[in-house]
Amino acid sequence: MSGLSYEAVARFAQQGGTVYFAILFFAVVIYALWPRHTETFKRLAALPLEDNEDNHVQP
Amino acid sequence: MTQLSVQHDEGAPFDVVLLYIFTGVGAFAALLAAAFTEDPLFRFHSYLFLVAFVLAAGVMTAGIGYGKFRSDPTRYSDGVIRAGVIATMFWGVVAMLVGVVIAAQLTWPTIFYFPEAGWLNFGRLRPLHTSGVIFAFGGNALIATSFWVVQRTCRARLGGGVAPWFVFWGYQLFIVLAATGYLAGITQSKEYAEPEWYVDLWLAVVWVAYLLVFLGTIWKRKEPHIYVANWFYLAFIITVAILHIVNNLSLPVDLLHHRSYSVYAGVQDALVQWWYGHNAVGFFLTAGFLGMMYYFVPKRAERPVYSYRLSIVHFWSLIFIYIWAGPHHLHYTALPQWTQTLGATFSIMLWMPSWGGMINGLMTLSGAWDKLRTDPVIRMMVVALAFYGMSTFEGPLMSLREVNALSHYTDWTIGHVHSGALGWVGFISFGAVYCMVPWLWKKDRIYSNTLIEWHFWIATTGILLYIAAMWVSGIMEGLMWREYTPQGFLANSFVETVAAKHIENIIRTVGGLMYLSGTVIMSYNLWRTVRMPGHEALPQGAASLPALAAAQ
Repeated sequence: MSGLSYEAVARFAQQGGTVYFAILFFAVVIYALWPRHTETFKRLAALPLEDNEDNHVQP
Repeated sequence: MTQLSVQHDEGAPFDVVLLYIFTGVGAFAALLAAAFTEDPLFRFHSYLFLVAFVLAAGVMTAGIGYGKFRSDPTRYSDGVIRAGVIATMFWGVVAMLVGVVIAAQLTWPTIFYFPEAGWLNFGRLRPLHTSGVIFAFGGNALIATSFWVVQRTCRARLGGGVAPWFVFWGYQLFIVLAATGYLAGITQSKEYAEPEWYVDLWLAVVWVAYLLVFLGTIWKRKEPHIYVANWFYLAFIITVAILHIVNNLSLPVDLLHHRSYSVYAGVQDALVQWWYGHNAVGFFLTAGFLGMMYYFVPKRAERPVYSYRLSIVHFWSLIFIYIWAGPHHLHYTALPQWTQTLGATFSIMLWMPSWGGMINGLMTLSGAWDKLRTDPVIRMMVVALAFYGMSTFEGPLMSLREVNALSHYTDWTIGHVHSGALGWVGFISFGAVYCMVPWLWKKDRIYSNTLIEWHFWIATTGILLYIAAMWVSGIMEGLMWREYTPQGFLANSFVETVAAKHIENIIRTVGGLMYLSGTVIMSYNLWRTVRMPGHEALPQGAASLPALAAAQ
């Protein structure tokens, strides 16, 4: 029973959650700053500018 | 499903049949509820459900008969976006008008007090105004623009066949139920979550359908990467679903009665409510509209996003931090002090992603700053970003316990909310709608650029009058409330602090009226745009997509 006490669950959620979110966030930052992605991001930054007011789904 | 519908032009596709059956079952259930309930308010809403389902079944019968529900996967689904734009402007005018009325009630309570019509009292009209501008105006703007953006940036038609139309009309039914409920006195007294349990359930169904349509479109995408605007829209849709369901968990007193009681009690109830309430600001009024910003600002400026890297970091830091800020609404309450401090700390941390996003939006104009002089639409969006920066600077300050001791419950809060709502949410939506209307109705331009200029200047002046008046009255009121006599008694009675705000209330009413006037001018301008002769480049008939008849 003590395994599922409030303290145990709270500790798991608080400490585990902090580590999990921190790792996730740093992974995102590394992904965003990774040099190889520069070209992709350059293309994506201009994605809204493609002529797509037309009604036809573009290939 | 879409392939099926193309192959068999004569038969109705499966999703249409499913929705058709749903309207029939829904109408029958509403009829039973109306017949058996002993609660007049619940019966009134049962009749509203019944009328909606019968109308839907009727329109669908005609639509299936005329073969209106064919969906062509080579074309974008634009009919539902046109309907969304019309609904945005309609609800915008209605909800802002209600705002001007309640501002007038606060300013001239002897003239605008209607004792014989209880449903027109301030307490009934105030949630109608807040829900009207946030959920009816803002929500329709978000649904319409998200449907535009997700199709264009994924290069895929909206998923789910007839489901986007269910989302649109289901959402309008939610708005009508909520609005009529407030006027009739149906409320669960949770700010921005006033509708009762059955309306909440209906919105949950509609919202999950919205999520599935959005995900279905992303699933079908031809562009391998999911563009950042879609990340913001998706975060908005998912988080609002979670917030809505968790905050509205309640037990109805009877399945045929409108009243329900929250499953939470005391301080837990307060914390859940403000976890919901602040994230309605963070995800509905911020993340959703940032999605709008990341598509329409680069599009209109004809410049790429300033830094796509920054947009990724902006997104994830905003999402990670916003969700914790809610407790700052409960300073000096029974909420443990460490929780209050946590809320304030995360609010301060929000400066970084908020300003990162604002800078990313503003700097997208580098190389195109001259457009500010010539294009009132881009100017509107830049002013929206400026107000975003200003209100996200002000908010964290107000979340500090010491500042909050002065500002809480005063007009300062109202001013803060309106610099975000009128300045950021309103102006970025107006900018997006001004962009979309010529595209959606196949016109070369908006009918009158001069009228957009008028809209811009009237509305901007209105916002400035509004927020300046609220700063003055808010700080004055806060100081008057904490003023003591030498004997240690409070120096001012409450009504004295109300009377002291009269001039500021007049200025606020005038500011609101100016903002409303701008929206009316815009509606006229858009109506004239739709009535202009279109350019012949595209055949008009082909653009008329499923159930356009239902939209107009």
